Amino acid sequence: MDNNVFLISVISMGGIGAFFGIVLAYASKKFAIKVDPRIEQINEALPGANCGACGYPGCSGFAEAIVEGEAPVDGCPVGGREVAEKIAGIMGVEASATQERSVARLYCQGDCEVAVDRALYDGVQDCRAAQAVNGGPKACKYGCLGFGTCAEVCPFDAITMDENHLPHVDIEKCTGCGKCVQACPRNLFELVGVSKEVHVGCKSQERGKDVMKVCKAGCIGCRKCVKACPFDAMKFKNNLAKIDYEKCTSCMVCVEVCPTNATYSDFDKRKKAVITDECIGCTLCKKVCPVEAITGEVKVKHQVDPEKCIGCSLCFEKCPKDAIKMIREE
Amino acid sequence: MEKEKLLITSSPHIKDDDTVEKIMYGVIIALIPASVMGVYYFGLHALLLIIASIAAAVVTEAVFQKFRNYPVTITDGSAVITGLLLALNLPPGLPVWMAIVGSVFAIALGKQVFGGLGHNPFNPALIGRAFLVASFPVHMTTWISPVDGTTTATPLGLMKLQGVSTDYMSLFLGKIGGCIGETSALAILIGAAYLLYKGYIDWRIPLSYLGTVAVLTTVFGQDPIFHLFAGGLMLGAFFMATDMVTSPITKKGRWIFGIGAGILVVVIRLWGGYPEGVSYSILLMNGVTPLINRYTRPRVFGEVKNNG
Amino acid sequence: MKTVTFKGGVHPPHVKHATEHKKIERAQLPPKVYIPLQQHIGAPCKPVVGVGDEVKTGQKIGEAESFVSAPVHASVSGKVVSIETLPHPVGANVLTVVIESDGKDELSEDIKPGGDLESLTPEDIKKIIREAGIVGMGGAAFPTQVKLSPPPDKKIDTIIINGAECEPYLTADHRVMLEHSEDILFGLKAIMKAVGVEKGYVGIENNKPDAIKKMQELVKDENNIEVVALHTKYPQGGEKQLIYAITGREVPSGGLPMEVGVIVQNVGTTAMIAKAIKTGMPLIERVLTVTGSAIAEPKNLLVRIGTPFREVIQQCGGFKQTPGKVIMGGPMMGLAQASIDVPVVKGTSGILVLSKDEAKQYQERPCIKCARCVDACPVYLLPTRLSHFAQHGMWDEAEDYNALDCIECGSCSFVCPSKIPLVQRIRLAKSQILDRRKKK
Ligand code: SF4
Ligand code: SF4
Repeated sequence: MDNNVFLISVISMGGIGAFFGIVLAYASKKFAIKVDPRIEQINEALPGANCGACGYPGCSGFAEAIVEGEAPVDGCPVGGREVAEKIAGIMGVEASATQERSVARLYCQGDCEVAVDRALYDGVQDCRAAQAVNGGPKACKYGCLGFGTCAEVCPFDAITMDENHLPHVDIEKCTGCGKCVQACPRNLFELVGVSKEVHVGCKSQERGKDVMKVCKAGCIGCRKCVKACPFDAMKFKNNLAKIDYEKCTSCMVCVEVCPTNATYSDFDKRKKAVITDECIGCTLCKKVCPVEAITGEVKVKHQVDPEKCIGCSLCFEKCPKDAIKMIREE
Repeated sequence: MEKEKLLITSSPHIKDDDTVEKIMYGVIIALIPASVMGVYYFGLHALLLIIASIAAAVVTEAVFQKFRNYPVTITDGSAVITGLLLALNLPPGLPVWMAIVGSVFAIALGKQVFGGLGHNPFNPALIGRAFLVASFPVHMTTWISPVDGTTTATPLGLMKLQGVSTDYMSLFLGKIGGCIGETSALAILIGAAYLLYKGYIDWRIPLSYLGTVAVLTTVFGQDPIFHLFAGGLMLGAFFMATDMVTSPITKKGRWIFGIGAGILVVVIRLWGGYPEGVSYSILLMNGVTPLINRYTRPRVFGEVKNNG
Repeated sequence: MKTVTFKGGVHPPHVKHATEHKKIERAQLPPKVYIPLQQHIGAPCKPVVGVGDEVKTGQKIGEAESFVSAPVHASVSGKVVSIETLPHPVGANVLTVVIESDGKDELSEDIKPGGDLESLTPEDIKKIIREAGIVGMGGAAFPTQVKLSPPPDKKIDTIIINGAECEPYLTADHRVMLEHSEDILFGLKAIMKAVGVEKGYVGIENNKPDAIKKMQELVKDENNIEVVALHTKYPQGGEKQLIYAITGREVPSGGLPMEVGVIVQNVGTTAMIAKAIKTGMPLIERVLTVTGSAIAEPKNLLVRIGTPFREVIQQCGGFKQTPGKVIMGGPMMGLAQASIDVPVVKGTSGILVLSKDEAKQYQERPCIKCARCVDACPVYLLPTRLSHFAQHGMWDEAEDYNALDCIECGSCSFVCPSKIPLVQRIRLAKSQILDRRKKK
């Protein structure tokens, strides 16, 4: 009977493989096109994640666009300043000064514990697909659906889903490529400067009592934060508190007053002002402090009351002698 | 009465009753006549081989899935089919341990390494058989006569080596040498009729497969009826070439699959080194199935035909 | 009976027995109606009434400002109590006019007959249709007058009235054909006149022999109108499938029926057109089937637009079992609802309530490549491949495999033995493909 079936199939398969291999190798030689060597160089300088954040199909597409003069040398949000400079070098131009790195932040805290579902859902475990089914199972029409599509699309593994189905962004790994921003059907991600520590974790535009019905961590529109903010950085619009990041100093005062913890921050990252011996006692800091945490006489070294200090850095910026340090609390 | 939450899903909201399990068990039912005939002709040892092979397949599947932390799905019947089909493709005198080895190999390397049900490119039972043929060529080609229990040759072997033909009636009923489940065309046809009736297999593959063999053998001056009923062609055409996972999903593709397999069988039988080529032909066509699928994409409704 | 059909498709159980022989009943006036300002495909309406205003039945409360839109009208007389965003059965929250009924159902003075068909010009007819806020009532809710105004380079030669009602459970169209057959004939003639077409067909699935007979008798003296029996198969009522079955023409991929010279209208829409011309009544009520194993007394009801589902269900005896799933429309393409506090809209062809046991959640299994989905697809796609692409974010491949041609009929998901949510994945792929196109 057909013994050696195995051998024969291996040989014939191998033969077919070899044949195609040769044809392909020949074809790729024959039809190869001359490319600008700079494309290759730029390609190598790029992170190679092919995330598409630059708006081009993958890193090589972006490299081509740069060489053709279509894309800016600093168009890769992932590579940041370093890569931009390298590419600028290859292209022989100056890289413009890049600003602070942006990272994705989630604007919802409604995990499955605090935000209730209004229906059971069955089907494709993808937020975009679930959203298309009668608007998704979450009672809150604005909140996180929790199927982890953001985590799935993140090319850098920077997003993990916690056990209550809420995503967490690892800001160390996040490159600000914006994939999650695009993928989230509820637009819950925004790219914000990495130094910004305070966020309003809610996007619901419902009235306070309607928010309370569906979520324990939502913004109920009490405006305590608006009143508490010493810097007029907290705005209020469409039943929702919103931070003006131009003005916010990450002092976290708003977080302290928020009754639902919709406004959140990491208190471990809160800083305190400390005045060093450089102080000449000019009293500028005392005047600028919004919470009267600084005491001292003219021409005498001033003191900060750590109990009162909210870490807003206003004094730090004001001090003409650079005598103030912002130090993270232990 | 409506305190409980409603269920929301995407449409459709109703589904057909057929499930994977139902289809798999349908195939098993369809194999029963052939198995019974096999045991009737070849005795208890054949039954032992069948049981051992099925048990080994099921256990291997369970162990593999446990080991890889996948849900254990042995109840879906697919492992049973692999074990049973393999057994039906074994010579009735094979030592039991060989059947077990073949079955383990079939599930482990023919199916589970690819990711389990639905992901295997080749028919696992045939992989198991090919492995056994390569490892134990002598045992795998030793046939017993159902008439007197002595060693004999298969009708195809007789034809190829001695030019002796076998009478149609024995071929049809299966009173001939061969694998446990392949000898009785009658039993196979009963099972096949059931599968076709249930819609569990597509008629295109067996028809084109058998048709090609019939036409080609006639063209080359052979007896087409003999070729259709001899060897493993019937079993292969209805139960192995039609394996859903490893055959094309397009209708055109199924025609190509059947015709291709048919040509291969005839080529091997007439000019190859061995009397039989069914498993080989199916395995080869399994290999090109993804390619067939790619090139036989149906024309989409309303796709412009002329100026495309 | 000689029947025609299309290739592919599936045979879901009909389950129409509960309501197919029940006469259409007029539902009681609801105490409050919730009328969304968008009940159609296209631009939402601008409210033209304010909170506190008294309105009369049939009075326009939302003005359609763009071409692809349809005005909405008060479905009861009473007082506007609020205008706010409220849940809509398609899932989004939509600006909605809430009217408290005064129970009098006083008719607005604006409502007057449009005149007889002979004296009306095609433009008049289209204007009446638009002003009456008529949209496709089979479910898609596309503004009807837009459909009847093809660009001048498209020559329309055939009108098809869709009486297939291939969705299981639903019988509203069936009853309309039996009880309002004259209106359908009148409406069809009006459409033919409005578009300037000589040939009209009414296509009806052969599981409704009484409707076929009735319509056939009615048209026996009309030599340019024909009633065609269709083979009972889902999705026979899909526009492209229906056109293919009746005329043998294939609507080009990505194209509209008018490209092959055909316009299709649902029977409910057609009857509504007749009513609008004869009486001047805008679309403020519709026939819908309330059925399913959890409904105590399944019925075909004539319901005012804006009546909450809850109200409608109560009028059908409420629930007799714990409801598991509430569906607006039929089981194949209907939309599951998270709550019954949503209003009936112009596109609500039925309310189907499945019991808790019937509302199954399925365990998805790997694809066994049985190709049943391929055989079932009426558009000849490869659903299993498309679903695979969607699952892995391979949108380009999905586009190449013609995902956009999918009509979302659900035949593939219905037959899949592995219970793979094929259409849902394909829908996702479609929306991703369209999104990406928009960006480019
Ligand atoms: S792929 Fe689309 S058109 Fe085809 S059967 Fe599935 S839902 Fe229907
Ligand atoms: S019907 Fe389901 S199991 Fe069969 S080929 Fe299609 S997706 Fe796969």
